[in-house]
Amino acid sequence: MANIKFDKERCKGCCLCVAECPRGNIRMSEILNKTGSIYAEVIDEGDCNGCALCCQMCPDMAIEIEEDEKQTCCEKGSEK
Amino acid sequence: MEFKKPTSLLDVPTHYCPGCGHGIVQRLVGEVIDELGIREKTIGTAPVGCAVLLYDYFDCDIIECSHGRSPAVATGIKRVLPDRVVFTYQGDGDLAAIGTAETIHVANRGENITIIFVNNAIYGMTGGQMAPTTITGQRTTTTQEGRGQNQEGPPLKVCELLASLDGVTYLERVAVSTPKDIMRAKKAVKKAFQNQIDEKGFSLVEVLSMCPTDWKVSSTAAVDFVNNEMKEVFPLGVFKDEK
Amino acid sequence: MSATTAPGHTETGKKLLLKGNELMVRAAIEAGCRFFAGYPITPQNEVPEYMSQLMPKVGGTFVQAESEIAAINMIFGASAAGARCMTSSSSPGISLKQEGISYIASAELPCVIANVQRGGPGLGNIRASQADYFQAVKGGGHGDYRLIVLAPASLDELQDLTMNAFDYADYYRNPVMILADGLLGQMAEPVDARPYEPILELPEKDFVLDGCKGREARVIKTLFLRPPKALVTHNMRLQKKYETIASELQLCENVQTDDAELVIAAYGMTARIAKGAVDMARQAGMKVGLIRPITLWPFPGPAFMEVAGTAKKLLVVEMSSGQFIEDVKLATECNIPVEFLGMGGGWYPTPENIFEKISAIYDK
Ligand SMILES: Cc1ncc(C[n+]2csc(CCOP(=O)(O)OP(=O)(O)O)c2C)c(N)n1
Ligand code: SF4
Ligand code: SF4
Ligand code: SF4
Repeated sequence: MANIKFDKERCKGCCLCVAECPRGNIRMSEILNKTGSIYAEVIDEGDCNGCALCCQMCPDMAIEIEEDEKQTCCEKGSEK
Repeated sequence: MEFKKPTSLLDVPTHYCPGCGHGIVQRLVGEVIDELGIREKTIGTAPVGCAVLLYDYFDCDIIECSHGRSPAVATGIKRVLPDRVVFTYQGDGDLAAIGTAETIHVANRGENITIIFVNNAIYGMTGGQMAPTTITGQRTTTTQEGRGQNQEGPPLKVCELLASLDGVTYLERVAVSTPKDIMRAKKAVKKAFQNQIDEKGFSLVEVLSMCPTDWKVSSTAAVDFVNNEMKEVFPLGVFKDEK
Repeated sequence: MSATTAPGHTETGKKLLLKGNELMVRAAIEAGCRFFAGYPITPQNEVPEYMSQLMPKVGGTFVQAESEIAAINMIFGASAAGARCMTSSSSPGISLKQEGISYIASAELPCVIANVQRGGPGLGNIRASQADYFQAVKGGGHGDYRLIVLAPASLDELQDLTMNAFDYADYYRNPVMILADGLLGQMAEPVDARPYEPILELPEKDFVLDGCKGREARVIKTLFLRPPKALVTHNMRLQKKYETIASELQLCENVQTDDAELVIAAYGMTARIAKGAVDMARQAGMKVGLIRPITLWPFPGPAFMEVAGTAKKLLVVEMSSGQFIEDVKLATECNIPVEFLGMGGGWYPTPENIFEKISAIYDK
């Protein structure tokens, strides 16, 4: 599990992250954010593998992954 | 794995349209400036084009140049301050149409600067007119029937053009249309900056980038256009890498 | 050619015999100019040529740019980076620089631009001319901006004004144009080498982009979109600066105007020629004087008004078809008649031409 954070106010609703998630774990919101845009959100935080492909693709730096202290290399490896 | 906004970028939202590639390219430049620890000695140039507000996003010294003249301005700065890191950030209209002469000559002089060239095959800021890099058949507001119907000539290939110049050190064409491409683009950008720090001379990275708004397609279709159409016309790869 | 031995270290009292163009280079380097970019065009070629020789000797930079457009933009960069810098050209090349000059003026960056004017319009010819007067003093590029425009009439003055130009540019953070012409650029006369001393107390350059170490990042820009009135505010500030310059910097020479009934108004080399005509007229018993603006912008209006209060008539002489005369009429509010002798196309008057004109209009 990765500590992933979507900043819904930065999100412009381009949907590019949705297609990149290997786990199909991102969806677009039904409701709008303050800028009037739909926004991306993670479906199941527990299912995110921290691959950061969504972060790479996001043109608006709306997705961040925090370093998880508990996560070890072995755990990372076992995710593959 | 950790993924954070680069600290050399200000923590503000950008004015770019949803799905615009400029945001990605800008982030990569920011990350490279962070990783090389050069923020305090970097001077960037903002172009005339959608990236004109670069200085609202970068936390380093920036000068906004007239359309196409960034390479000349960068030359002036770099010659006065050779130990600083100077980069230009330019669109295709800026670099390959109005500023063609400046581009060719800055490259041929081998100025020790870094150029980040964002090729989105269109004039973004002015509302979607033909760019020198608009691909044949592509519809724009000034090529309504598709480029090629009115003797516009084929798209200009900047890396191929500059590769013939002896003054050039490093040329690579990358894209920001898939995460894999983006990671490769980052490496290229980093190398282009590292070259300057190592005083190796002129480096340019051409980045194929999305402009969903003026291509009049969805963000995902824009990514497909880069992957399926632009990469065909503008093959990715290293065009020059002088040791 | 007697080139200077050690630029930047002038022994006082040393006699120089250089062409105007070369003297300008020497004076610029003496004044600390360390960046030059230019593009060849007659009749100013000696400027880039001599710059390319001297700049390396003082650790400065000479760049032969790919065009005048590139050259002025290199100046934009060099000035932003903190260097005293200069570009030069002649009329068609100055036209190409106009967009860049507008940007530099808006960004309030100091620099010196020399125009060794030639005949126009178009490719014109390579004879001396003053036909770029409007372009120099009324804007030239787009937008509401002003250049400080200096018009030397001798090599001695060219040396002084070139040095002073850098001080004015730094002091007011404004581009300064030296409006010379092909005659001045090409002529040679002995001049005492003047060592550079700043004529003004120069402000610290707190705008320089040299990396943001130990300070906030800086931006130099000319786009003002937000708030909607940002550009109005910027323009108002510029105009205020121009008002200050206008009130502080008006240079003018009066020659025998005290008792003159007819006063010739001329600038630059034309004024130099007109001096000969004034002497001829005086010998012929006519009370003729000369008023010569040294700053074309700011235009020394009060000095002209004063002359209009004592003389009966003005005679404007210019190497163009009636540009300078407009400012003379404006400055004197047409209080006295203004006669004209001038022509475009690289024509220049002789003292005899002017004397003839004086004789024809003196008593009328
Ligand atoms: C001298 C001049 N000509 C034209 C323009 C208008 N203009 C502004 S941006 C632009 C094109 C920008 O396109 P590009 O360089 O491809 O950048 P993009 O906006 O696509 O990122 C043009 C023609 C200008 N500002 N200045
Ligand atoms: S980090 Fe990877 S797994 Fe997690 S949401 Fe993003 S793309 Fe999906
Ligand atoms: S890629 Fe970024 S901006 Fe686009 S939908 Fe996803 S989070 Fe939002
Ligand atoms: S018009 Fe195109 S290039 Fe400009 S911000 Fe929008 S998507 Fe980006």
